[in-house]
Amino acid sequence: MTPITIDASAMMQGLYCILPEILIVATALFVLFVDLILPEENRRILCGVSIIGVALSLFSVFAMGPAKISGFSGAVVHDGLGAFFEIVILSACALTLLMATGYSEWEGTHKGEFYSLLLLSTSGMMFMAKGTDLMTIFLGLETLSIPIYVLVGFHRHRMSSVEGALKYFLLGAFASGFLLYGIALMYAATGTTKLPQLVPMLYDARLAANPVFLAGVGLLLVGFAFKVSLVPFHMWTPDAYEGAPTVVTAFMSAAVKAAAFAALIRVLLLTLGGLQPVLWKVLWVLSVLTMTVGNLSALVQNNVKRMLAYSSIAHAGYILVGMVSGDVLGGQASLFYLLVYAFMNIGAFGVVMLIAQKEDEGYDIENLAGIGFKYPALAGLLTLFLVSLGGIPPTAGFVGKFYLFSAAIKNGYIWLAVIGVLNSAASIYYYLRIVVYMYFLPAKGEVPVPRPPRIAFSLALCASAAVVLVLGIFPGSVLEFAERSVLSLLM
Amino acid sequence: MTWIPAYLSSNLLTALIFFPLAGALLLFFLPRENPGLIRNTTLLVTLVEFLLSLPVVIGFDGATAAMQFVQRVPWIPGYGIEYHVGVDGISLWLVMLTTFLMPIAILSTYEAVEKHVKEFMIFMLVLEVGMVGVFLAIDLFLFYIFWELVLIPMYFLIGVWGSERRIYSAIKFFLYTFAGSVLMLVAIIALYFHHYAVTGVYTTNLLRMYELSIPVKLQFWMFAAFALAFAFKVPMFPFHTWLPDAHVDAPTAGSVILAAVLLKMGTYGFLRFAMPLFPVAAVDLMPLVATLAVIGIIYGALVAMVQKDMKKLVAYSSVSHLGFVMLGLFAFNVQGIEGGILQMINHGVSTGALFLIVGIIYERRHTRLIEEFGGLSKVVPLYAVVFMIVTLSSVGLPGTNGFVGEFLILLGAFKTAKWFTVFAATGVILSAVYMLWMFQRVMFGKITNEKNRHLPDLKPREIAYLLPLLVMIFWIGVYPQTFLRKMDASVAAVVTRIETKRQAALGERPSGETLLARYFDVKK
Repeated sequence: MTPITIDASAMMQGLYCILPEILIVATALFVLFVDLILPEENRRILCGVSIIGVALSLFSVFAMGPAKISGFSGAVVHDGLGAFFEIVILSACALTLLMATGYSEWEGTHKGEFYSLLLLSTSGMMFMAKGTDLMTIFLGLETLSIPIYVLVGFHRHRMSSVEGALKYFLLGAFASGFLLYGIALMYAATGTTKLPQLVPMLYDARLAANPVFLAGVGLLLVGFAFKVSLVPFHMWTPDAYEGAPTVVTAFMSAAVKAAAFAALIRVLLLTLGGLQPVLWKVLWVLSVLTMTVGNLSALVQNNVKRMLAYSSIAHAGYILVGMVSGDVLGGQASLFYLLVYAFMNIGAFGVVMLIAQKEDEGYDIENLAGIGFKYPALAGLLTLFLVSLGGIPPTAGFVGKFYLFSAAIKNGYIWLAVIGVLNSAASIYYYLRIVVYMYFLPAKGEVPVPRPPRIAFSLALCASAAVVLVLGIFPGSVLEFAERSVLSLLM
Repeated sequence: MTWIPAYLSSNLLTALIFFPLAGALLLFFLPRENPGLIRNTTLLVTLVEFLLSLPVVIGFDGATAAMQFVQRVPWIPGYGIEYHVGVDGISLWLVMLTTFLMPIAILSTYEAVEKHVKEFMIFMLVLEVGMVGVFLAIDLFLFYIFWELVLIPMYFLIGVWGSERRIYSAIKFFLYTFAGSVLMLVAIIALYFHHYAVTGVYTTNLLRMYELSIPVKLQFWMFAAFALAFAFKVPMFPFHTWLPDAHVDAPTAGSVILAAVLLKMGTYGFLRFAMPLFPVAAVDLMPLVATLAVIGIIYGALVAMVQKDMKKLVAYSSVSHLGFVMLGLFAFNVQGIEGGILQMINHGVSTGALFLIVGIIYERRHTRLIEEFGGLSKVVPLYAVVFMIVTLSSVGLPGTNGFVGEFLILLGAFKTAKWFTVFAATGVILSAVYMLWMFQRVMFGKITNEKNRHLPDLKPREIAYLLPLLVMIFWIGVYPQTFLRKMDASVAAVVTRIETKRQAALGERPSGETLLARYFDVKK
């Protein structure tokens, strides 16, 4: 037996390739250890430490630039697409941590494991975005999911939190099973799990007709569909989102979705050339179902958190519109939308978090009555985020939808675009309903006093608002970045 | 234009669009405890805005149909989207109408709006940004943004400061107009890619789109999408149901702006986009549009006749008047279109004044029911005189603005659509019936209600904002040439463009082709 030789330079390149992930994991472990020795009253600094770690990681992503660096025999790659999603995921994580400064104080989640789990999950997401091997993607998915299951159930004394966690865990486990089984079948048919090797094979007509392979692709898709909560694989979403600590809900809705879409986009964009004729119908149906069911269900919700959960399902449908189109424009539109979505959705959750007094009862829509003129800054911000979620100019949400539907129309999916815009018109109703409660209706009794936001929290809200507005008015450079990212994948 | 330095004239329209926004930002920093200061500042902002718009109308060269005061800046360069604004004879008077009416509307709120004055004024100014922007945008993307921007402030104006059913009306207003316009967005995008497919250039420049020769089948669907958006806004029968609700529940200033300017965005859209971009479909669908317009004229008038609420009566009269505008535009000749544009202005002035007048009596009595009044002319003579003049202008008495507009429309429409015109003309009579009958019940006879015996007459502030409207009523009525002269060239160019492009697109087609065959390949 020959000894395994270690190529030191390849090793170094591999480690460099995953530098942002290493930083995040290191921070997570550091937080976990410091938590042990830190006295209870000083736990607050753990949040600060985590934020610094995320900032360092974000800095390293920018420092590494969009150049392609492949590592570990092609298991991971740092490229434009990966970098773009790392920015989305790390931004979402940073916003969440900034908001957690306040939230943890109110709800008692100032615990080392809370931050540590959040960071570990983030690292899983980043691996998922960078994986070029189906196995890496799977491992990333598991690394992201398991901490999230725990985080959803973090309020272990609250029934809804535990219930949400259990549901999410059971269905998530199934989804992982589907995904893994799909990968296994694809491996059986092709003999590889590496995407770069898989892609050329797809143009082979025999493979496209191979039922084992097609079943594998189908199962893979089901696995992803669970994670991004496409209808009809969305059943866990409302309960998990409602039960989870709100700050975790915000994180899940933006970052988990971005990570799962990152892997989906990578797989689909690479494989669509070969699989487009088979796949687009499936994606078309999934997209229409997801948009419509998500929006229609959101219409009748009275709990703001649950409403935003259904709205996030609907948004997965919009993003999938870009995937149906399957070209560069569609890909870049999806990327742009995921970035925008992270900011506007976390922003909306952030404001709601401040207004709601307590988990559980605070999120009834009637609680918002009379907020509008009493707390103009908060209500104004929430209105801005909702307007953006509804896709009304001059916000980034509008620009995002504009490009998603452009991609559909460009590729001839006119009906998909029509259904999409009608859906977005319907969604206006429930977003405006919140506005109606805030501004048009008098409060029943006392207007609840929102929690005074900490500086970090205000910073997160203002940053989100700024991104929503600036990208709504000057989207040019970010759109080009998204385009380069998609092109870097296809080169 | 020579007396304005170039660097000023090229930035003038941008200043015109964004000056109210600067005003709105300024309001943010004013203390909310001092509503008087906020009101006066807003008035000042809108007055300065009006003064800013004067160089546009004075410097405007009526001899050319080209866009003037153009400013073009790349905005999202990779996609050919530009910040591109300009004014021509079609948009000129609509912009002027907007800047002219804003100070009037603001002045009318001094006593009517008491709660949340600061927010009210901010929304009014943002509304003005959207309205001026809509009329000045030459880029389709930019146009759409301004088009939607108008919705949010108006939604708040109705929802917060409106009367009884304000929430229902606000949501209905928003959803109807938004749902109508999203399909236009699809059509805009489709047009964008069609332009790329034909020319290889990505652009949202409207003037470039004008040069396209779009296949007739595509024209049909795109016209349908654009027309739906505009028909909701006008509103044309049967898309009008949001209008009475929104008008009745909006605060007076909101109703004024809604009727005077927002509805014109729809008719302007037809003239600027739907008709010249898709001439074949527009001409072919003329009978449908004209039928709906005539139904709107007669139906609006009949429903107005039986209203008990004065504001609702005025609201339904809008449906009727806008029917006339549509009929004029779809005459596809210079008289009809000029009449249509002039009638847009007239309706803005007269109906704006009517809403103000109803608002004045509402402020005094907190009711708008016709039966509550009677014999007011003896108590408030000045008010009665103003009301009379505006009523006659709305009816279209010669010497007032309404006559000129309706006459031109009927003249133009008679050339192309005789029978439609015959039916539409009955609307003129009906409008006299409902307006004069209302006037008679409110103003003449004995004072039946004791509460009316000591109503105060017009205050100086009210005279101040009604007077400019009266001047406009007579100015347009007596010497419409001031206004028509500046639009002649642009309207003639539109008429020619529609006709030549239609001929070109239909060039090789058989002459006796049915519409079913043309658009749906259905052969006999």
